[in-house]
Amino acid sequence: MAKVILEMKQITKTFPGVKALDNVNLKVEKGEIHALVGENGAGKSTLMNVLSGIYNYGSYEGDIIFEGKVCQFKTIKDSENKGIVIIHQELALVPYMTIGENMFLGNEQGKKFALDWQETYAKADQLLKVVGLKESSRTLIKDIGVGKQQLVEIAKALAKKVKLLILDEPTASLNESDSKVLLDLLLQFKKEGITSIIISHKLNEIAYVADKITVIRDGSTIETLDKKTDDISEEHIIKGMVGRDLSNRFPSRSTKPSKEIGLEVKDWNVYHPIYTERKVVDNVSLNVKKGEIVGISGLMGAGRTELAMSLFGRSYGSNISGQIKINGKEVQLKTVKQAIENKLAYVTEDRKGNGLVLSNPIYINTTMAKMDKVSKAGVIDKALEIKVANEYREKLKTKCPSVLQSVGNLSGGNQQKVLLSKWMFAEPDVLILDEPTRGIDVGAKYEIYCIINDLVAAGKSVIMISSELPEVLGMCDRIYVMNEGKMVGELSHEEATQEKIMAQILKSGRGE
Amino acid sequence: MDMKQVLKKNTMVIALLLVALFFTWQTSGALLSAQNITNLIAQNSYVVILAVGMLLCILTGGNIDLSVGSIVCLIGAIAGKMIVEFKMNLVVAIVFCILTGLLIGSWQAFWIAYVRIPPFIVTLAGMLLWRGVALLVLKGLTISPFPDNYLVLFNSYIGAPQLALIMGIVITILFVAFKVFSRQTKKKKGYEQENLAVEISRTAIISIVIIALGYKLSLYKGIPIILVLLAIIVALYSYYTSKTVPGRYYYAIGGNEKAAKLSGINTNKVYFKAYLNMAFLSAVAALVCVARFNSSAPTAGTNYEMDAIAACFIGGASAYGGIGTVPGVVIGAIFMGVLNNGMSIMGIDANWQKAVKGLVLLAAVVFDVMSKKKDK
Repeated sequence: MAKVILEMKQITKTFPGVKALDNVNLKVEKGEIHALVGENGAGKSTLMNVLSGIYNYGSYEGDIIFEGKVCQFKTIKDSENKGIVIIHQELALVPYMTIGENMFLGNEQGKKFALDWQETYAKADQLLKVVGLKESSRTLIKDIGVGKQQLVEIAKALAKKVKLLILDEPTASLNESDSKVLLDLLLQFKKEGITSIIISHKLNEIAYVADKITVIRDGSTIETLDKKTDDISEEHIIKGMVGRDLSNRFPSRSTKPSKEIGLEVKDWNVYHPIYTERKVVDNVSLNVKKGEIVGISGLMGAGRTELAMSLFGRSYGSNISGQIKINGKEVQLKTVKQAIENKLAYVTEDRKGNGLVLSNPIYINTTMAKMDKVSKAGVIDKALEIKVANEYREKLKTKCPSVLQSVGNLSGGNQQKVLLSKWMFAEPDVLILDEPTRGIDVGAKYEIYCIINDLVAAGKSVIMISSELPEVLGMCDRIYVMNEGKMVGELSHEEATQEKIMAQILKSGRGE
Repeated sequence: MDMKQVLKKNTMVIALLLVALFFTWQTSGALLSAQNITNLIAQNSYVVILAVGMLLCILTGGNIDLSVGSIVCLIGAIAGKMIVEFKMNLVVAIVFCILTGLLIGSWQAFWIAYVRIPPFIVTLAGMLLWRGVALLVLKGLTISPFPDNYLVLFNSYIGAPQLALIMGIVITILFVAFKVFSRQTKKKKGYEQENLAVEISRTAIISIVIIALGYKLSLYKGIPIILVLLAIIVALYSYYTSKTVPGRYYYAIGGNEKAAKLSGINTNKVYFKAYLNMAFLSAVAALVCVARFNSSAPTAGTNYEMDAIAACFIGGASAYGGIGTVPGVVIGAIFMGVLNNGMSIMGIDANWQKAVKGLVLLAAVVFDVMSKKKDK
């Protein structure tokens, strides 16, 4: 039996009024990849924060034993000195610093008042090679994509002589191929003896990399599964996470798309807003029927979000040309306001950054895109606002004590529901949903899928942009495949498979 | 709602109460004498007017307008030129002053909203520019005195002193009637209602304050016209920010500008309005100030922007934007006013007064930040 590198014994952590962790036990062996799964709010991140010293010793009960010694971490620095490095879901990189500067931030090379930049960059380049990045360490962070930034974070961890690497949803914002690169890197580290703990909602990835899986639900450990000996099928894990069988990950839909076309786009071209000679969307044409869900699949940077935002009142891009027809009528959507008036809605992929006003209560967010429905001559009827917000809360089963609650206090899944209510309240005929289930747990995902099904059952047209292929395959009637700004394929629900979609992307990438 | 939450929501009101009690005790009641209350209103009218305008700028994202004091000086100078030196018709002069304010506002708001120059820089430039223009207009000299028919517009009292008490009672009755009425309509339409005990106690406190104010004013000269002007401005802007669609936009932009934009809100227009309005209210404040000091001076308006900003932050506006209310800001302005006035009556050295005000501002914001942190 391999040596145990980390043992967390009967960890209990209480916040005022809530027991976030209740006697959690976790045992990680040296050189393994240990996955931590559980619904949002189950306590995974809290557990990792206890481990890395973000919640200092004394604020929780129980023991952390790392390499045979009981640890009492007061700060993150303490745990990092021992070789425990955590990479958070939201990357902590400074955009206007170079890769090298970021990697050694807080761990600067040279003397305190005489930094050695030569050594910094030399070491950085070496580590970048290890993680498979070709960029120079003098490149600015803002100039590289999210996938590469994630790799820089890992290189940064390596620079700290990491023994135990903790990754909190590392692939949440990565597409399939970038995710694969990252996961393969973890497997390579494993060979070199680095232990990893990975928190993820993506069960297929966990099955790919993890040796052991610990399931956490409601602040307690449910079970730890060994890949070699136990049943690690998705059904089994999901059952452990939610405490019930999710026999169908996608709800079935009884309605069929109608013949009528809801949205039609022809010869759509968009150029980059700053580098105006660069074409981001290249001659795209598509259509969505009423009552139909159409997926747009593609790699990160394929231009899907850019396409959606440029359609939505030209919120993105420059020098836009093309034709849009909604319900058979040609429309000019020059501003977001016109787009909303013409019954188009765009539900952003970035609910915190672009979608919601976190400091405002739920009811204000709900009515924000269509305030004339709750106001007369510019005067708001607050009571009516609260009433409609409550209606949407019930309809979408948003979990919150009251609609007067700030959106910032809700969990990701519930925030997504508020965002959906906001756009449903605007009464669109065509909805573009950009990554509608990003970063939310399995149970909430299912509920979101049900809402989407209700929308198409009511005759709306839905475009669903998603990086998760199973979701696109499970939900959509038709799938467009997009790559490098072009539509490179179209597949019906019946003929589409993950392999076919990836094949179409790869084929177009080779220029065939 | 338990006691703790009530306290938390009304911390500044309670702090104001404590400070007022302290100074009443220290000045053996002079603070709350009828004459001093009338004085307090006149002294702080400009802070309230400017702070209300500043709130809109702060709401859009913690941006402040530094040019306020200089605009007050410039508009005051123009008023002095037209009314005192050229003896022009008052209506023409006042309209011209307000229009000039709007013009200055459009100039600054244009750069901020449509060219997207940071407000701090545009208004810093404005602070220097308008002060310079004001000195040019005044040639460095003070213009005074203003004719009586102008002073009477801002410095006089309405009717007999007793009218103050009567008006206080009438307003209270109307206020209570409105509360009962709105509760009933809410009930009829099946909307959510506020806790009855909380609403009754709040209504009672506000009623007592209004009647007490009316009573105090009736003991001196009655209702100052300036109080009516303030009441109108506060009521108007309070309504605008809390009950109207355009008012809601300030909060949305301050909270998350990108989300506001993707909800169809014309963010440039909102920025434009905030700074245009600030200059407009600066012009109004200028007209009030020249009447109060009976002169247009080259140093007029110095540091007024700071008073307005301080009132906003003490009154609970967030330095990051998106949070703050007009009633809160008014409380902040009164708080500053009581502090100034109380220390003056006590005969505390002016230098010490400044130091104390600085500490109070910091304490208020620190307290606000800390109590919000505990929330989480």
